Amino acid sequence: MTASIVLVDSGGTNIGSVQYALRRLGVEARMSDDAAEIRAATHVILPGVGAAAPGMARLREARLIEVVRGLKQPVLGVCLGMQLLFERSEESDTPCLGLIPGRLRLFPQDTGLRVPHMGWNSLSMRAGSPLLRDIDDGAFAYFVHSYAAPLGDYTLASTDYGGAFSAVVRRDNFYGAQFHPERSAAVGATVLRNFLAL
Amino acid sequence: MLTRRIIPCLDVRDGVVVKGIRFRDHVEMGGIVELAQRYRDEGADELVFYDITASPQGRAVDRAWVEKVARVIDIPFCVAGGIRSADEARAVLHAGADKVSINSPALERPDLIDELAAAFGVQCVVVGIDSLRDADGEWRVRQYTGDPTRTRALARRTLDWVDEAQRRGAGEIVLNCMGADGVRQGYDVDQLAAVRAICRVPLVASGGAGALEHFRDVFAQADVDAALAASVFHSGTIPIPELKRYLREQGVAMRI
Repeated sequence: MTASIVLVDSGGTNIGSVQYALRRLGVEARMSDDAAEIRAATHVILPGVGAAAPGMARLREARLIEVVRGLKQPVLGVCLGMQLLFERSEESDTPCLGLIPGRLRLFPQDTGLRVPHMGWNSLSMRAGSPLLRDIDDGAFAYFVHSYAAPLGDYTLASTDYGGAFSAVVRRDNFYGAQFHPERSAAVGATVLRNFLAL
Repeated sequence: MLTRRIIPCLDVRDGVVVKGIRFRDHVEMGGIVELAQRYRDEGADELVFYDITASPQGRAVDRAWVEKVARVIDIPFCVAGGIRSADEARAVLHAGADKVSINSPALERPDLIDELAAAFGVQCVVVGIDSLRDADGEWRVRQYTGDPTRTRALARRTLDWVDEAQRRGAGEIVLNCMGADGVRQGYDVDQLAAVRAICRVPLVASGGAGALEHFRDVFAQADVDAALAASVFHSGTIPIPELKRYLREQGVAMRI
């Protein structure tokens, strides 16, 4: 089956960058907020940069909350898109999609930790997954975020910043990367290529 | 472990990368996309593009080259130059930039920082600060430094502005120490350490890099998150792979 990839237009400013990253892999992805088009895709990517509340509001306005929840094909949430897969975010106490249990927490700032967590940090592999094929333990990826997901049985890779948090997650067909594959050089390209092979 | 970042800065004028000494007498260094690609391949952690004439000329950044860079580059990059509104920032971010950096327009209208943070999140908002020590020993902010004939010395203390900028929603501060810039005698470690002490967001050192040791010193002594440089990278005086190997040997966390 020919892959047809849809980027859910949830208002994230990185959607263009994700599209370019896929193009560098020779894959053309469409941006869409159309329910039928999203449901018909072989792979769905939920990009996102910004805050949880406007991200959820945008999905609600586009009537996409139930559409995304009901998807059976591989779905990849990127950065905020990954955070929206969880139950809740402490950011404005926002209810999210609830596809993965747990809530996003603000990095503790009273310990002198600089927030946002910004830059290249290493991935510690916690569970084998085709999404992380050919990625070494300790590989670097580019992060920029202020809220982080806890560890759970859904954690495929973790990263340490004032404690370990979930860097890559999976529950059923829903995958998420807290880092930016579109900005993580060869490591990011490998993750995207692996996702498209799912 | 979070690594420290090495950031080549590309000053852009009329579609080419230029570099001058103390912001004057700019010389062409090469094409934007070609240099960006070279730095990516050499292991740069991030890139900053400054459209150096946008702010003095009262115009926004040219988004055509932002999009060209975004198509080929797979590391983060930040764009600066004359961004005065959320709409202009949105255009640059949608063209593919990861962050926008604001400097003179934020000094004209500090609410711009709050507006960008509310619209795009603090992680997209970098505040660039040009700072110089005055005769009384106080560090103060300079405005419109892209055009020497328009550069203004402000009464605003650098430390006060850093404090205000992060309270308003800056997700990162780039401190350009003008007294050190372009003369390759090392970063202004004293000033950067003073800013570091009050800065709760990532801090980027700018101005003064001339030798490998300067990078080691600014990370070790001023505890900055990233070091930015231009001419030593453009000229090939300091190859980035050699710099990153050296810093790792010196105990600085580096992505290699």
